[in-house]
Amino acid sequence: MFSFIVRRLLSAIPTLLILIIISFALMRMAPGNPFTAEQMPPPEVIANLEAKYGLDQPWPVQLWRYLEGIIFHFDFGPSFKYKDQTVNDIIAQGFPVTLTYGIWAFIVAVGVGLSLGITAAVKQNTVFDYFAVGISIGAQVLPNFVMAPILVLIFTLWLEWLPGGGWNGGQWQYVIMPVIALSTSFMASIARIARSSMLEVLNSNFIRTAKAKGLPMRNIIFRHALKPALLPVISYLGPTFVTMITGSVIVDMYFSTGGMGQFFVDAALNRDYSLLMGVTIVMGVMTILFNAVVDILYAWLDPKIRL
Amino acid sequence: MLFGKQILSAVADNAAIKGRSQWQDSLGRFKRNKAALVSLFILLLMIAVAFISPYFAVWDYETIDWGLLGNAATQGAPQIENGHYFGVDDLGRDIFARTMQGTQISLMVGLVGTIVAVLVGVTFGATAGYIGGRIDNIMMRFVDILISIPYMFILIILFVMFGRSIYILFIGLGLFSWMEMARIVRGQTLALKHKEFVEAAVASGVSDAKIILRHIIPNLLGIVVVYTSLLVPQLILLESFISFLGLGIQEPLTSWGALISDGAATMQYGTLWQIGFPLGFFIVGLFCFFFIGDGLRDAFDPKDR
Repeated sequence: MFSFIVRRLLSAIPTLLILIIISFALMRMAPGNPFTAEQMPPPEVIANLEAKYGLDQPWPVQLWRYLEGIIFHFDFGPSFKYKDQTVNDIIAQGFPVTLTYGIWAFIVAVGVGLSLGITAAVKQNTVFDYFAVGISIGAQVLPNFVMAPILVLIFTLWLEWLPGGGWNGGQWQYVIMPVIALSTSFMASIARIARSSMLEVLNSNFIRTAKAKGLPMRNIIFRHALKPALLPVISYLGPTFVTMITGSVIVDMYFSTGGMGQFFVDAALNRDYSLLMGVTIVMGVMTILFNAVVDILYAWLDPKIRL
Repeated sequence: MLFGKQILSAVADNAAIKGRSQWQDSLGRFKRNKAALVSLFILLLMIAVAFISPYFAVWDYETIDWGLLGNAATQGAPQIENGHYFGVDDLGRDIFARTMQGTQISLMVGLVGTIVAVLVGVTFGATAGYIGGRIDNIMMRFVDILISIPYMFILIILFVMFGRSIYILFIGLGLFSWMEMARIVRGQTLALKHKEFVEAAVASGVSDAKIILRHIIPNLLGIVVVYTSLLVPQLILLESFISFLGLGIQEPLTSWGALISDGAATMQYGTLWQIGFPLGFFIVGLFCFFFIGDGLRDAFDPKDR
């Protein structure tokens, strides 16, 4: 098990390097440069600026400096547009916000999705089952960018219960709509996956044996059925996490929560390359690490994987 | 009831007892799935309306109705008389025409992304799976690495780099859509490779390329069809996502995501038709794709029900 964890974590390194190199190469292939503006400053000024930011060096040197900065100093360099802030400052500002509602959304999606799916499977073909299946089919077509306006329409414009945007230090009124918007479609998918895998497990021989022995249903479900039924759900958590991270861009834009996504879109519109890369890399690192954690969790639950 | 002689004669003229292929079986199962059939019908209807109605509509998708410019909230509501069946947006453009245009673009995004996914994914996956060994290992590690990159960010960076055009959109979606397909196809190829009919082909000296084309790929088609039907809505969602952010499709062209975004921005003024109609098309369209996908999966893989 230990060697599996080490191997899995080591294999994340080339992925990270390739992510950095791809985004770096894309930045350098871009037409124009970050100092392109309506009123072009004189060429000497641009040359000075480029020297200051190291843009006059050949690009392998730039790449090396950039990598060196990230690896040894955790430094993503200066932002080209926000003159008084470094990329680190901006990320430090946005990251906690994204993390807060991201974790809540993840907990809601997994918690509600799992309980919905598993209860539906245990009570197959009852009203509750139909209800759960109905919800999970319906919520499939409600991705975050559809949920967000619908929620605002209902809770802000019609009922006037919740503020339509802002963060306000993470007060619950401000967190609740981002969390629902972000988690709905994943909750639905998790419920569907959990239901079908639980059904499959409940129909298998060892569960029939347990029933024949006269074990109480509660014990059968929690002691025997739950663990194998969780495997497909866990392998779905990796993609869920990725899509949630991407979804945070919508939440930040729509609810003006001030997380990393907002800076990402601003950076994309402003051609602020270093900020764009910084955000991409931080998001990428989180994704890749999370995928590794999921794989390890999976291997722990299912020893057959550990080959 | 067939008696011995009749069976014999039927076998002799090779007509009565005709073997049913896997495709006929699957088609039969698909036809019995009511939800999938209804979805298919609605989807075809939607496609027909989206591509034909612009020739008959009163307004086109970019013309501004100057009389309604800025008065969308008070006079822009849907009505039959002035030809704005779905109302107008805040710029006085016809929502019906724009929704049709958006539907066209969104469906085309799904189609183009899928074509790339099928062509590249199947070739890549089948080759890796068939050759096997070290080459397979390298090819699949490559896919593993690419697949764990948050591609949405790279896609948005691509837009920033090369400008927002519909071609970049198609290229970007194509770049990322084939990897999951390649994985699935490779897995299936590995299973097929050791079947007797492939060994027979190898023994009779057929070339590798020909075996892949003639024997492996036709047997992969079932799983490819199923996965494709699940991929189309994913691609449409992806495009809508980017367009919702205002980074995807560019005015005056539009797509479901862009329309929903526009509608969401103005719904506080009470112009609910501006978000309602595109959202309705989006939801109905995605529902149809999901039901068809489920139906196809059940039809091709009956044990998975």
